Amino acid sequence: MYVAVKGGEKAIEASHRLLEEARRGDPSVPEVSTRQIAEQLGLAVDRVMAEGSLYDRELAALAIKQAQGDLIEAVFLLRAYRTTLPRLGNSEPVDTARMAIRRRISATFKDIPGGQVLGPTYDYTHRLLDFRLAGEGGSGGKAAAPVERADVPAGEPMPRVADLLGHEGLIEEEAAPDAAGAPPTDITREPLRFPAGRDARLQTLARGDEGFLLALGYSSQRGFSNNHPFAGEIRYGTVAVEVVPEELGFAVEIGEIEVTEVQMVNQFMGSAGAPPQFTRGYGLVFGHQERKAMSMALVDRALRAAELDEAAVSPAQDEEFVLYHSDNVEASGFVQHLKLPHYVDFQSELELLRKLRAEFEAPPAEAAE
Amino acid sequence: MAGSGTSAGPDAARPAEDGYNFAYLDEQTKRMIRRAILKAVAIPGYQVPFGSREMPLPFGWGTGGIQVTASIIGRDDTLKVIDQGADDTVNAVSIRKFFARTAGVATTERTEDATILQTRHRIPETRLAAGQILVYQVPIPEPLRWLEPREAETRKMHALEEYGVMHVRLYEDIARFGHIATSYDYPVRVNGRYLMRPSPIPKFDNPKMDRSPALQLFGAGREKRIYAIPPHTGVRSLDFDDHPFEVQKWEDVCALCGSGGSFLDEIVTDDRGGRMFVCSDTDYCGRRREAGHTGPAAPDPEGSGA
Amino acid sequence: MAAMSNGSALRPGLRDPVPDSQQVFRRVLAAMSEPGTVRDVAVDLAPPAPLDRATAALCLTLLDFETPVWLDAAADCEEVRAWLRFHCGCPLVEETDAARFAVMAAPAEMPALDAFPLGSEAYPDESATVILQVPSLEAGEAVTLRGPGIEDCREFRAAGIAGSFWTRRREMEALFPQGVDLVFASGASLAAVPRSTEVRF
Repeated sequence: MYVAVKGGEKAIEASHRLLEEARRGDPSVPEVSTRQIAEQLGLAVDRVMAEGSLYDRELAALAIKQAQGDLIEAVFLLRAYRTTLPRLGNSEPVDTARMAIRRRISATFKDIPGGQVLGPTYDYTHRLLDFRLAGEGGSGGKAAAPVERADVPAGEPMPRVADLLGHEGLIEEEAAPDAAGAPPTDITREPLRFPAGRDARLQTLARGDEGFLLALGYSSQRGFSNNHPFAGEIRYGTVAVEVVPEELGFAVEIGEIEVTEVQMVNQFMGSAGAPPQFTRGYGLVFGHQERKAMSMALVDRALRAAELDEAAVSPAQDEEFVLYHSDNVEASGFVQHLKLPHYVDFQSELELLRKLRAEFEAPPAEAAE
Repeated sequence: MAGSGTSAGPDAARPAEDGYNFAYLDEQTKRMIRRAILKAVAIPGYQVPFGSREMPLPFGWGTGGIQVTASIIGRDDTLKVIDQGADDTVNAVSIRKFFARTAGVATTERTEDATILQTRHRIPETRLAAGQILVYQVPIPEPLRWLEPREAETRKMHALEEYGVMHVRLYEDIARFGHIATSYDYPVRVNGRYLMRPSPIPKFDNPKMDRSPALQLFGAGREKRIYAIPPHTGVRSLDFDDHPFEVQKWEDVCALCGSGGSFLDEIVTDDRGGRMFVCSDTDYCGRRREAGHTGPAAPDPEGSGA
Repeated sequence: MAAMSNGSALRPGLRDPVPDSQQVFRRVLAAMSEPGTVRDVAVDLAPPAPLDRATAALCLTLLDFETPVWLDAAADCEEVRAWLRFHCGCPLVEETDAARFAVMAAPAEMPALDAFPLGSEAYPDESATVILQVPSLEAGEAVTLRGPGIEDCREFRAAGIAGSFWTRRREMEALFPQGVDLVFASGASLAAVPRSTEVRF
């Protein structure tokens, strides 16, 4: 006798209760607050905001808490929430030349107008586990000793390094999109089309999976497309977001966001139509995410192969490959959908395989002649 | 419990789940999807790109079908959701619950009582009727994708009706194995024009698509495509004169209801090669048993009701 | 109502937009799925002249800021424009080839169908949907429809269209999958003839 397995609904409910339990962990340990996450796991929050493409520290912290620190799951939570929000309007482009700088470095010039600002970075830490942090209140319960901050006047324009090269005509012009032209595409509302414009490309990369872009950027440095990149400038700080309300007709500031901007400067030998010059790769990401912004800039430059008459032979230069596979919400869903039942297809394959196998083991008689 | 009857939603008169619109999607998104559906119906088998949204369920788990259903469903609809032919697989339960919560609609397991049926991997055994809408969840909508990974290329192939590669691939099967070795997601031509992927239904179900009186809508959320087969539209499974299309056949009948004409799932009963076959369509099988049909391993009458 | 002089006289849209537009959509979906069948839109609506109820319900259901709309001279009046802008937020365009939707209140004088976007070979969906408001879906020259959505063949009538209309429409069949999709509206009724339908007469 056979009775089919039932009770999917009950199983799902039980699974949700177990998840709740796993998320909370040992109840004798104090519960982590979203405030603590937002303050003390700020870089995780930045990543979730960027890939979730929603700038909201509190919601990102909540998503991280809800996802037990699984950042891709947190990105998904934030995205699913984001799609339900009404669209009130488009902001003006942010002006990163007017960024209130917290960190700014260039690997191409020793000294630059505005100066190099090291700011907060793990770059020169020695990666030794700091056991003081292991105990409760291990940081001594007090803030780090105050640092005398470089006198970077907020609001003072801080020229971009790439623009300095521009004065000499040694770097390609960055053509600003025609203000009267079509509005930039919006990848959250329109499906990708190929060839994609740089607008669609940069939007896709900006919220693309950091790990995927890191690997692609890395591959482009190892000879799978050769970009000869220099880190022209990496800057991180706060920029104002402005909108132009229709009834006012001029821009008003509605808030500030933290962003990391990277301009890669790449060697370029020139083509039939263009003189030898430096070219650019661009990265811009929410929050403080240099690894992501640098990877984005490398991949952006690699994807400009067709535009610059370069042979596109490597994965990082392949627009469809890169753009279709960079979204971790899509990728994670599809990889994991293999967990869903596939009984029917498997049954079909099983039946086919048995048939093929029977034919293989007992070849038709006439074949023996 | 099987509960194979129709159940009213929590409150069919009231939109469920505070804070979200009826059927979850906002009205602008629904309009965009509705326009895409109309174009899909007007160009049978052609994949219309649409601005697929993130849904609260993962991509790959039916987001395309869910967006299509959410855009067409109304308060007086009755929804059936199946996965692998069954109403009670976890993902079917989850999707049905999503609509019960966000749209407050009635749900059913009875194929003929549903106005909208959302499915993953099967077409019900019970013949669909005029006025019903079958919504397929589609993972990869492009029939040529495994022959040509690039969208820019496959789009050209569809534009030029250049489907030779698919025939070549199927013919290679014949040359190697003596027959076509594709058992599910078997490609079809719709109304003599577009090559279409029927989603991973077994080829057993392909004939049900041909001239069905029901409207068939296909949603691929992650791939951002919607396509359609209007009622009474010719859907031909690709084949060759000397190798006509054939569906799977079983030597066994359903162990529970004795059906010899339905798609059967194989159930492994022990680790010594023991197995039995039962209908993958749980509604069809249950109803046959209610009507008194039995198979070789049917439960005792007093133990029935599963 | 007299010609409207300001926004205060704007006529209302759908009474209950979420269920009403869903109902209208299902009817136009059914109409498009089964070409030539006539459906009624069962919504309470008092649209501005000269729009019929079905025409107006289609606009409220399908149009928004993403759909440029072209109005024929008969439909193009200040009250209709203001009503569409307010309820749909759709851009109104002067050029037929920029339109995704076209609304004809006097189809007898309409421009050629191929003046509207037909889509491309690669993207045939990027084409216009043309709404033709006609005096009747019962009178008029009978044509025979065949194709997807039609079991064998179906008779269809629409009054108030030019004598050459069906001939021109028939010529466009060769362009498939490019083409335009037609929705006929009359009073509270609607019917559709998508590009996939063969028209014979």
